[in-house]
Amino acid sequence: MSYSATTVENNNSYQNNTVISNTVLGMLIFILVEVMFFAALISAFLIVKSGMTTWPPIGQPRLPVFSTAINSLILLFSGWLMYLSKKSFLNKNSVNKTFKLLNWTIVLGAFFVVFQGVEWVRLIQFGLTMTSDVYGSFFYLIIGCHAVHVVSALILLIFISYKLKQNCLLESWFSASQIFWYFVVGIWPVLYVLVYLS
Amino acid sequence: MVNNISDTDSLSHKDHHTEASFWSKYIFSTDHKIIGMQYIITGIVMAVIGGYMAYVFRMQLAFPGKAVPGYGLVSPLDYNMLITNHGTIMIFWVAMPILIAGLGNYLIPLMIGCDDMVFPRINRLSYQIFFISTLVILISFFVPGGGFGGAWTAYPPLSSEAIYNHTPWGAPLWVIAVALEFVAFLMGGINFITTTMNARCKGMKMYDIPIVVWMIVIASIIFMASVGPLIAGAVMLLFDQTLGTSFYNPMNGGDPVLWQHLFWFFGHPEVYVVLLPAMGIVAEVITVFSRKKLFGYKTILYTTFATGILSFFVWAHHQFIAGIDPRMANIFTITTVMISIPVGEMLFCYIATLYGGSIEFKTAMLFAIAFLAEFLIGGVTGIYLGASGTDIYFHDTYFVLAHFHYTFFPIAVIGFFTAIYYWFPKMFGRKLNETLGKIHFWGTIIPFNGIFIPLFILGMGGQHRRIYNYNHFPDLSTPSQQDLRVFATTSMVIMLVFQIPFFINFISSLFKGEKAGNNPWKANTLEWTVPSPPPHGNFAEMPEVYRPPYEYSVPDMDNDYCPQNCSGKKI
Repeated sequence: MSYSATTVENNNSYQNNTVISNTVLGMLIFILVEVMFFAALISAFLIVKSGMTTWPPIGQPRLPVFSTAINSLILLFSGWLMYLSKKSFLNKNSVNKTFKLLNWTIVLGAFFVVFQGVEWVRLIQFGLTMTSDVYGSFFYLIIGCHAVHVVSALILLIFISYKLKQNCLLESWFSASQIFWYFVVGIWPVLYVLVYLS
Repeated sequence: MVNNISDTDSLSHKDHHTEASFWSKYIFSTDHKIIGMQYIITGIVMAVIGGYMAYVFRMQLAFPGKAVPGYGLVSPLDYNMLITNHGTIMIFWVAMPILIAGLGNYLIPLMIGCDDMVFPRINRLSYQIFFISTLVILISFFVPGGGFGGAWTAYPPLSSEAIYNHTPWGAPLWVIAVALEFVAFLMGGINFITTTMNARCKGMKMYDIPIVVWMIVIASIIFMASVGPLIAGAVMLLFDQTLGTSFYNPMNGGDPVLWQHLFWFFGHPEVYVVLLPAMGIVAEVITVFSRKKLFGYKTILYTTFATGILSFFVWAHHQFIAGIDPRMANIFTITTVMISIPVGEMLFCYIATLYGGSIEFKTAMLFAIAFLAEFLIGGVTGIYLGASGTDIYFHDTYFVLAHFHYTFFPIAVIGFFTAIYYWFPKMFGRKLNETLGKIHFWGTIIPFNGIFIPLFILGMGGQHRRIYNYNHFPDLSTPSQQDLRVFATTSMVIMLVFQIPFFINFISSLFKGEKAGNNPWKANTLEWTVPSPPPHGNFAEMPEVYRPPYEYSVPDMDNDYCPQNCSGKKI
């Protein structure tokens, strides 16, 4: 992927009116798509929910509200660590600190995914599956889509961390990954409130 | 005046580059021109396949139960497969790749004066994913049960349950192909927007960007904002088909109309995603061949934005009879009728550009004017379908079908031919033959009307869509109705035959056409300042822009045109 970064640098030679760097702008457009994607999932969920007389449907297991709340806090905390990491990256003189904070972000993000996985295994044992009811279908679809995003964001962060270690990380790349991580962290409370608390 | 006006300039770039192998030059290239060409050629191949499908099912409708030459007997399942995939291919594998991806890739860097897209490798990946999606849709015709037969709008439960559509393998493959294709265009769109915003050459301000580039960029933005819901819907449909979930199954609490909302929330903006690039192409061609400044550049630009925004609020006019709230139908009627205002304004600007110009009827110009006329018919008939009162009667009849063919045919076919006759000299360095071009033009336009005007009449007579054999319906198979069907089918065969001159023209002009030089049409935009075909890296030295793109017939100038990069006094 480093070759894209070099191309970006080459193109910079004749850009006259760049307000936002290419990588960041590309990421922002991608985030627009993602926001619309989740908006569609959420609205589909709300439409189906509003058509039901009781929600959650009778006979379906209840979701682990409390443990997921703690897990949510962990994810939000990782977002804050990301912020600190970027701040220390901009200082230029503290590569070690940036690296450490970034890795802690990754560790907390990974913990979040693993914790969710454990919860899923328990829910499946209780009988909530994709095919058991539309409730289960939507739960696994929405939370699963988020999980896929967290995992891909983690892969991106691991790549960024590797680049940082090599000392060849471009600022625009860091900013773009930061935006993606903020998106993944920021969309979670919305999903938590809508899916778990309702 | 700087040199770039001269036609004889030839810049040799060959010595800057080491000789590349065929594979790295044409197949795995990151050059935007090659990728654009790959998209266009794939699109043409798919258009031939889609046209063949149309031929087969039109023959079945005109002569039901008889073996179709070149296909054989058409069974009801074949018929479903053919109409479904004709729609899918023509929109997602012809209109989209040619107009947005192909021409966007080819034109944007050339017209804004930069050497390539800002993410060239993402661009290459985009085509590769698109190519895989093409293979998937083609493979889906040959799996057990045949290609997907649930109509291109894929309404559940028809699309989600194999017992209804009889295509257990075709249906999921269709969804996968469409989803992959969207991923490809998503990457392309990110490239187009970022490139146009960040990589314009020196001096090119927002209002100096050629209108076709603006339109492709706005279309990409619309696509970006609308594609998410369809991907979400497609994931749910795929799960319903393969895992047995019940998102769209009312037996388990799902909602079948949900898919219609998700599909049309994408599907209606999609119309504008393909319309806008075609409008842009026509604007370029009309201006050049009228030798006049484009009338109302800013008006056109703002109306394009207005169209883009409004296009997100009209989708439910496809669902007036799907059981939506009548009050909601009123609102969507109003927004739908409203969207004709900006589009109509654009058409008026184009006609005003023609007014008083020194019009040259080159083939490209003929196609551009035909676009205006034919698209107008499509737009005007759309008003009856956008109003919920009349749509209840016209819904799912051939009136709808004729209406959207009067919009999509001008967009995808006439728009494409306009572009190809206009930019062929730039792409291959030689001009297309004008005589063959004019034969092709009349042979396309007259039969096109011959196909779809009878279908309007049949639709008003109550002929329902997606029916395999109208002989089973005595009301719909009177001799006069059958005559209209035969007339439409005959026109279609004539139109297909008249595509042969185009292919002959295309191939013979590649080798024997008249040399075009840098600027055969005496146009102003930046792509005409480089050699034809442009070398790798496009510009020998990066251009600088001094003026807007449409300064034709300006008083006190030596020539009646003045390319964007010629310095000199500002007008």
